[in-house]
Amino acid sequence: MTMTPYEKLKTARASTRPTGSAYVDQIFKNRMELHGDRRYGDDAAIYSGVGFLDDNIPATFIAIDKGTDLQSRLAKNFGCPKPEGYRKALRLMKQAEKFRRPVICFVDTLGAFCGAEAEERGQGQAIAENILEMMGLKTPVITIVIGEGGSGGALGLATADRVYMLENAVYSVISPEGCASILWKDSNKVADAAACLHITAQDMREFKVVEGIITEDFDHFDKMCNSIRHQIKKDIRALSQLSDEELLENRYNRFRQFGYFTRTLDDEEDE
Amino acid sequence: MANAFTSFIKNITGQQPTDLDSLIKHTENVNLVCKSCKGEFSKHQLLRTNMICPKCGKYFRMGGKERIKWLADKKSCEFMFDDFESRDFLEFPGYSEKLEKSRKATGEKDAVVVGTAKIGGRPFAFFVMDSRFMMASMGSVLGEKITSVFEHATRYNLPVIGFTASGGARMQEGIISLMQMAKVSGAVKRHSSAGNLYVTVLTDPTTGGCTASFAMQGDIILAEPKALVGFAGRRVVEQTTKSKLPDNFQSAEFLLEHGFVDAIVPREKLRDSLLNLLEIHAGRSDEV
Repeated sequence: MTMTPYEKLKTARASTRPTGSAYVDQIFKNRMELHGDRRYGDDAAIYSGVGFLDDNIPATFIAIDKGTDLQSRLAKNFGCPKPEGYRKALRLMKQAEKFRRPVICFVDTLGAFCGAEAEERGQGQAIAENILEMMGLKTPVITIVIGEGGSGGALGLATADRVYMLENAVYSVISPEGCASILWKDSNKVADAAACLHITAQDMREFKVVEGIITEDFDHFDKMCNSIRHQIKKDIRALSQLSDEELLENRYNRFRQFGYFTRTLDDEEDE
Repeated sequence: MANAFTSFIKNITGQQPTDLDSLIKHTENVNLVCKSCKGEFSKHQLLRTNMICPKCGKYFRMGGKERIKWLADKKSCEFMFDDFESRDFLEFPGYSEKLEKSRKATGEKDAVVVGTAKIGGRPFAFFVMDSRFMMASMGSVLGEKITSVFEHATRYNLPVIGFTASGGARMQEGIISLMQMAKVSGAVKRHSSAGNLYVTVLTDPTTGGCTASFAMQGDIILAEPKALVGFAGRRVVEQTTKSKLPDNFQSAEFLLEHGFVDAIVPREKLRDSLLNLLEIHAGRSDEV
């Protein structure tokens, strides 16, 4: 029995789903959380720090965390990061580059926070800088979309060498609610919008936006996380073989290929 | 002082006049109504006043080709990648019709024009987004053209001047629209790493994913007076915060105050300012 895109959307948002920090705590050993963007503040929506993937593989983790109860959800803005959250993430990515350790991101957000203070502090600029800098980051970056991959707020942590999605996670350029209200002036058409937008992990696999889909087994969360760790280690081994130039070249090409269009002239070469 | 400097530059570079006369000649002389003061003016008259309302000073939005011809030296504009056309690959309801309507209304195939041009004899690559075409939402074609022009500029060590205007993502292209932000950013990064200059000029309105990517990635970020620039829509922010926002919220002036643009440049000064910036960075781009 396959779920409709709308059912997947609801599943991806379910409050019973493990949040970002649960994955980090299960996958990383000897963790230390590192706080703050060194510019303005510390955004609780981003749980980040350093730890070991294995006995001898140090790594940086950056997870968007929605929180597990009302109090933590409020503190974490329901997983909608503010500019200082993206800047904290970038700080830790640059630090990871310096110490040549991989960056593992866990994405689960409706989108970047839409508030007056987020605009005042440059929400757009913060995300723009993350995407730009991730395009030049000389260390492997692996991103896993565990629930919602909400637009630019997700991409700010997903400009990566490898991107994975959980089988019922969604990734979308706009929330289906937003799409329905803008296009059809009818927020009740969310299910239609979810279908039209193509937001499922299976869609993403087809578009090559993700490298793989992770089977969900929350009843055996430790086992599930073991297999995620296994995949991450495998990727890091492969990515570590590459020179910095090759790593960046591959990352460039990974995103360069995206686009569907036609040309009326044959492969015109610009002078 | 600025004038003295500019005339000095004109003398040493032999600055060319713009193509304004020919632009006016080839533009249909329709009447336009100012959104602010409701005054009615002919298009030709407005082109002579930099598309600024002669009565109240309101900035009219400018089209893509119109903008670059208005700005650049006479006969210096070379348009590139002009044959790229969007495709309704998701079979998204209404997309084909919207594309067709915008194509008819603008005579363009999509929401951005790119190419190379000169100001005061100084060459640069450009992209100009055109909000008349589906609010310059960012689909595959827009991403591909801007990426391609950055790649061209990197190959020939040309500065890039980019005029941004966008309602954000083109949701009719789903996730592929979002991926354009990363694709363009990759090309910006390569251009930047090679030591080349990128100047963005934020025009009304620059929002959403455009703000959250290449609009905010310029080495120097200029803005037109009173341009709306932001990430989230005003209504969305008001709903989130349940409060009324100040009038100047997300204006160019608001961004300047908060440290997110380098300067607000009025249209009549834009050409001189850009020439000045091209000159200041010329050593790096032209002589290395």
